[in-house]
Amino acid sequence: MNDGYNVIGKSVGRIDGKVKVTGQAKYTGDLRFPGMLVGKILTSPYAHARILSIDTSEAEKLPGVKAVITHKDVPSLKYGISPARWDENIFCIEKVLFVGDKIAAVAAVDEETVYKALKLIKVEYEVLPAVLDPLKAMDEDTPWLHAEYPHNINTEIHQDFGNVEKAFAESFHVRTDRFVGQRAYQSPIEPHSAISMWDGDKLTVYSSTQSPHYFQYYIARQFGLPMGNVRVLKTYIGGGFGGKLEPTGLEFAGAALAKITGRPVRMFYDRHEMFAHNRGRHRQYMELKTGVDKDGKILGVYANFLMDGGAYTSLGVASAYYAGALLTIPYDFANYRFDMYRVYTNLPACGAQRGHGHPQPRFAFESHMDNIAHDLRLDPIELRLRNARKPGTITPNEFKVNSCALEAAVEKARAISNWDEKRNNLPKGRGIGIGLGAFVSGAGYPIYRTNLPHAAAIIKVNEDGSSATLYTGAVDIGQGSDTVLCQMAAEAMGYTFEKMTIVSADTEAAPHDFGAYASRQTLMSGAAVKQAGEDVKKQLLELAAPSLGINVAELDCRDEVIYVKKSPEQQRTFAEVAREFFVKKGPLVGKGSYTPPKLGGKFKGAAVGTSPAYSFAAQVTEVAVDPETGEVNVLEAWDVHDCGKVINPALLHAQVHGAFFMGMGESVWEEVLFDENGKILNANLSDYRVPTALDMPQFHSELVDSYEPNAPWGVKEVGEGATTPTMGSIANAIYHASGVRIKSLPISPEKIWRALKEQREE
Amino acid sequence: MPEVLRDSQGSKHYLINLNVNGDTYTLAVKGNALLVNVLRDWLDFTGTKKGCELGDCGSCTVLIDGKPVNSCMVLAVEAEGHEITTIEGVSPSDKLDRLQESFIANAAIQCGYCTPGMILAGKALLTHNPHPTEMEVREAISGNLCRCTGYVNIVKAILAVADENPPEGGESA
Repeated sequence: MNDGYNVIGKSVGRIDGKVKVTGQAKYTGDLRFPGMLVGKILTSPYAHARILSIDTSEAEKLPGVKAVITHKDVPSLKYGISPARWDENIFCIEKVLFVGDKIAAVAAVDEETVYKALKLIKVEYEVLPAVLDPLKAMDEDTPWLHAEYPHNINTEIHQDFGNVEKAFAESFHVRTDRFVGQRAYQSPIEPHSAISMWDGDKLTVYSSTQSPHYFQYYIARQFGLPMGNVRVLKTYIGGGFGGKLEPTGLEFAGAALAKITGRPVRMFYDRHEMFAHNRGRHRQYMELKTGVDKDGKILGVYANFLMDGGAYTSLGVASAYYAGALLTIPYDFANYRFDMYRVYTNLPACGAQRGHGHPQPRFAFESHMDNIAHDLRLDPIELRLRNARKPGTITPNEFKVNSCALEAAVEKARAISNWDEKRNNLPKGRGIGIGLGAFVSGAGYPIYRTNLPHAAAIIKVNEDGSSATLYTGAVDIGQGSDTVLCQMAAEAMGYTFEKMTIVSADTEAAPHDFGAYASRQTLMSGAAVKQAGEDVKKQLLELAAPSLGINVAELDCRDEVIYVKKSPEQQRTFAEVAREFFVKKGPLVGKGSYTPPKLGGKFKGAAVGTSPAYSFAAQVTEVAVDPETGEVNVLEAWDVHDCGKVINPALLHAQVHGAFFMGMGESVWEEVLFDENGKILNANLSDYRVPTALDMPQFHSELVDSYEPNAPWGVKEVGEGATTPTMGSIANAIYHASGVRIKSLPISPEKIWRALKEQREE
Repeated sequence: MPEVLRDSQGSKHYLINLNVNGDTYTLAVKGNALLVNVLRDWLDFTGTKKGCELGDCGSCTVLIDGKPVNSCMVLAVEAEGHEITTIEGVSPSDKLDRLQESFIANAAIQCGYCTPGMILAGKALLTHNPHPTEMEVREAISGNLCRCTGYVNIVKAILAVADENPPEGGESA
């Protein structure tokens, strides 16, 4: 028997690979149920308007229409995903607050009839002045969107650690820069959909969701049902990236329509409606002030931010806190102040997008660091190494960082990108830049207050031991958690991956888990799975010990063989002992659950940013900038990640590829644009320009050795952390290539062209 | 021209024979029925995905006479008389096609929503160009958007199959 691991650490093929390459994988929108109706939501054409009347009579008369509902037909209880600021209704009651706000819904026999019926609903509006500029949202004479939130202030944060003013006074150099991030949209390729059906008082909802648990919680609350009467499950999910974490309205409207009609109702968004529903990345205005000593050591940082939240809270309270909270992770400094306003505007609501709140502030900080390096005539990597966080340290906002191999990651990125050579010798128009990043491996606290464990798992071994099923609430949205968790289960049981099956993300069939967000599942769901697997193994070993005539402590199980550690030739098979277990004791079931340790400080907002472990990354990008057109060509990129022990290397590197790709899109092209009336100008995938296969550079993903003591097998996150350094890395490469510092995202050809023109004319 | 039928409301329906994955299906469809909807809703070939219905994303790619086409941009009546291949027709038995195997082996799948379209675009390329360059692979799938993979492993998976194709000119290795 070898000493290493038998299942984890190997690039096994995805457990869902075959069904996905053959087209057999059914996504929510592919499901059909007898008598199923099609439903759609009517939305507002105005950014801000009072609803004077809604007349659904003509729509109701249309043959094939089975139900038309408005706010009168559904509970008026406000909901949201952030309990502190529940501010949404299933359908608008008095006012609409953005172009796309929900007014009514129709269920009919087919799509064509539904669309016809929507056009027959007559709504009279009194159009009100719209708040479209977040910078003016708090002005004295600006109208308020919500009476409960004076001056359109949704969230206000003031945090102060150490003494920033004293740090600035003692600094050798103090620099202030202002940056702007753009509105971006997750754009998963699978549109949102939900199918709702009732059986008496019991509601079942198939949904393309990242978190069946939160959907179950909010649907039950909205309809006054016990959680046990609401089953939320998913089949396959076509990507989420944060945009499928909160209820969409499809679930609520669908449930109401299904109740009235007594038939299953399939609701969906088309591509335009996805953009209108939004919940993507906030537009942020970011002022950074940093003081350094003469060696470039950071003494203090002041971050003064404002976020455009759009019409509702969504996950924005957390986004606002994350924006400042995670700035303290990659670099070690003692004095920090963070001020933030998240304001309401009459635009679609923003929420959590890959890297939640952090990528844009990271872009700002990484650009700011390069400016400081330039001021001090230091190499940007040298400045970063002088400030890089070390393991076993605590941030000023009281996050405890255990494992941290950031310095090693920076050094490796420097070496593999040939930084030292390229930084000084690239031809004109070419540039190389670096950005660092970090992210939580799961949030220390759930979204609503509860003492439920964060993750739980059950493993049931088949009666003859020839297969085992893992039941988990963890959600595979494409990142590969079903595969990785089955690897972890098999490793912990002493079993083989190929004999594992999984039932995941079904609130009835699988135990509770908060779902796929905050990069939490490998660590948190993994911890529960490991415990369940060890529970199975322990029960088997206890049964096998007497038959082998040895104390249980002398036994182990690997690769389906139970053996005596000191004399491995004394053995029995897993299957044989598992069968014996079933005959003598009944079902062989292992259980596990995970709750993180108590984390963080006691100040307001201290919970956001806490995590059992933090990942770190260094990214170097090489670009070419055309001085005539301002066009950017990303040529090559190198990512070095500190993500702890790796369970599946192939899936891990694939996460890095996707994270960089998404960050690159937001760096150069992606931005949701509006006209002067708050209507989206580019709500489709040709005008909202996501990168194609022709845009992706040569890409290198590498790792540094790392082990996290706070995690099962030492794992940490990767999927979001790898998107945090990208925008800064590309921005810095563009600056190196062109000599112009663009401080707003995306760094479009037009902005570069204008800046180059200004530079020439100076 | 296909035979025209009228329903009780007087709307026209066209009687068409669609050849999908080698089998013929006889259907009465409206003139505005999109091929993607007929494949998915009438024939249950739901491996053909819908992502945008505007011809932007490529999720609904099918092969028509071997060429990759966005089936949301094709009327069902136009598809009559042509050979349509959906993802369900790529491997006629339980044994996977080499390109399907390569997608699994190269971790080229994440959420899987673009995967059917990507595989069909890759199949079409390799059929007429068994030894594409990396740039030719990227061009061939540039009409298929993927939001998960950054395309890195998809390109790798297609090139891996090309490398196994017999060298041009037919000499044996």
